[in-house]
Amino acid sequence: MIPLKWEKRLQEYLKNRETWMKELYQTGNVWEGRRKFLKMASMAAGFAATQSFVPHSFQLVDVVNAATPETKPFTFAYISDSHLYEKTLNERFVRQLERAVVDINALDPQPDFVLYGGDLAQLAQPGELKLGAQILKQVKAPIRMMVGEHDWFLDLGDLWKELFGKPYYSFDHKGVHFITLMSVNEKDFWTAKGLSPMQRMQIVSGLDDGRQSPFEVGEEEREWLARDLANIPKTTPIVVFSHSPLYKLYKAWNFWTDDAEQVQALLKPFQTVTVIHGHTHQVLSNRIDNIHFHGMLSTAWPWPYAPQGLPKLTMQMNRPDPFNQTEGLGDGIIDVLGNGRVNKRYDLWNRNPLFVSAQYLDSDGASDVPAKTTLSSY
Amino acid sequence: MNRLQLIKLSVIAICLLSSVIFYQSVKAQGPVQLPTHPPAKSDGKSLVVQLCDGETNLEVKGVKPGERLSSDQAQVVSNQLMAQWLAKQPKEVAEAWMKENLTAKESSKVSQPTNAVSASTQDQPIDFSVRDYQMWKKELDQEVTYGDQIFHDDKLLGSTNGVSCAMCHPHAANTHPETYPKFQIQLRKVALLRDMINWCIENPSRGAKLHPDDPKMRALEAYIMAQRKGTVMEPGKH
Repeated sequence: MIPLKWEKRLQEYLKNRETWMKELYQTGNVWEGRRKFLKMASMAAGFAATQSFVPHSFQLVDVVNAATPETKPFTFAYISDSHLYEKTLNERFVRQLERAVVDINALDPQPDFVLYGGDLAQLAQPGELKLGAQILKQVKAPIRMMVGEHDWFLDLGDLWKELFGKPYYSFDHKGVHFITLMSVNEKDFWTAKGLSPMQRMQIVSGLDDGRQSPFEVGEEEREWLARDLANIPKTTPIVVFSHSPLYKLYKAWNFWTDDAEQVQALLKPFQTVTVIHGHTHQVLSNRIDNIHFHGMLSTAWPWPYAPQGLPKLTMQMNRPDPFNQTEGLGDGIIDVLGNGRVNKRYDLWNRNPLFVSAQYLDSDGASDVPAKTTLSSY
Repeated sequence: MNRLQLIKLSVIAICLLSSVIFYQSVKAQGPVQLPTHPPAKSDGKSLVVQLCDGETNLEVKGVKPGERLSSDQAQVVSNQLMAQWLAKQPKEVAEAWMKENLTAKESSKVSQPTNAVSASTQDQPIDFSVRDYQMWKKELDQEVTYGDQIFHDDKLLGSTNGVSCAMCHPHAANTHPETYPKFQIQLRKVALLRDMINWCIENPSRGAKLHPDDPKMRALEAYIMAQRKGTVMEPGKH
């Protein structure tokens, strides 16, 4: 059952979102702009055919644009980083994941699918993963699963794979090529030290535990990725899901993927690439050349911003209030635009939603700037 | 006695009982008692000086109790006391002590403050030896390391729901000890860092709060502050 206050807030979200989308189209949304442009171009072509007058430069641009396939805008939602313990140990984290499920199920219209961003469990215990699977079954829209390090390092993914399938895969949806990566592989730090699976899991579960190795996609998976991308036209929009940010932010907390540059190199030939990542539990935006990066919110707890390496395009979310235990948490939606770029909405549970648009990242922060924080991280 | 009186009486009894229990529990958590030595025996005619082991005594002939020793006299007395103590020790203990004593003497020759910009020949002489600095650092590091352990271990902290401090505060980030004391309306008082630590223990971690002087509380404060070394003090900042 949705509490009444929450239901009201949800209505506000949806209303805000509608207004925002309308405004976006009016103030030069890229997709809308291109649609108008193409319409004008075709009119010009018609004019040229009858009048034997060729607006040369116009046609040239038209060709470039025609090579970009238009995708039909659509929306998908996300829930991430729930870090479940068994219910007898910690009921709060369970309730919070359930809240996110209620949240997403209340979206109208429903998203095309829901991404689960990894770290469903806290210590990869069977009781935790199975509880998570059971709760996620209540999600009405189809769900796409991604694995996080907290789901993995007890049995190196055995149970997770049994419950949810392959840890990395790709699929196509409405003209966009989606890739889900398993980006939290770690080089073996446990065998030499003679650690038990549980000790290994506990070390990895400590964000600031320096005894672990840095995250990486790894060679085998990068080869798979190269093969997967080989037959995809360079104009097809690509959206990559990875648990860790696919760039190097802050190594001490594994806000980091060690082979990020190699993965980015594979994505570089594509015109439009977006990476949606978990792990960082905060509003986080970045752009590296053609690649836009967006973080996801957690349903368990928020992380502080890293003391170094914060991308300049990140507009920090307000520092969470420790007296309110659902502060800085939430879920959200991702609007895929006609050009394959995405607008990201962070639905923070106790605050107004925060928008980070494709236009903001495309313009390198010059336009459509998100609301500024009033309480920055210490 | 009617029913109402009976209820009143039992409420008072419960209140009294619980306050006694509370007092006892607070008392039990109080500061750690350090060992004390019984006073050295004296015939009242001469001064008796006792070594810090609480056992080795020396009667100083010709000096009455309450009289002050000159620093030369005191040095002689302390040397004699140490010689007595050493004679009582097993060989390996005595040897280890001699070795340590020698190192101390050597290192006290070169005093090098860790917080000075540079130690040139024109600097004023410093009373602290390398050994002093080493000892201070070792002691502090031990306290910080213990705090680090508690900060990262939900069980050691006394959490009942698996939530440790580091789960929201990696490397004690966003704990901002430099902003205390500050008024916290939720606590209805000017809060110190330890009040917020206790708030976190009781709420997100669902544990029992620590006595302000509990060794765990002291260690947690030490760890948190050590992480913010060099930060500008800003009491009252929100």
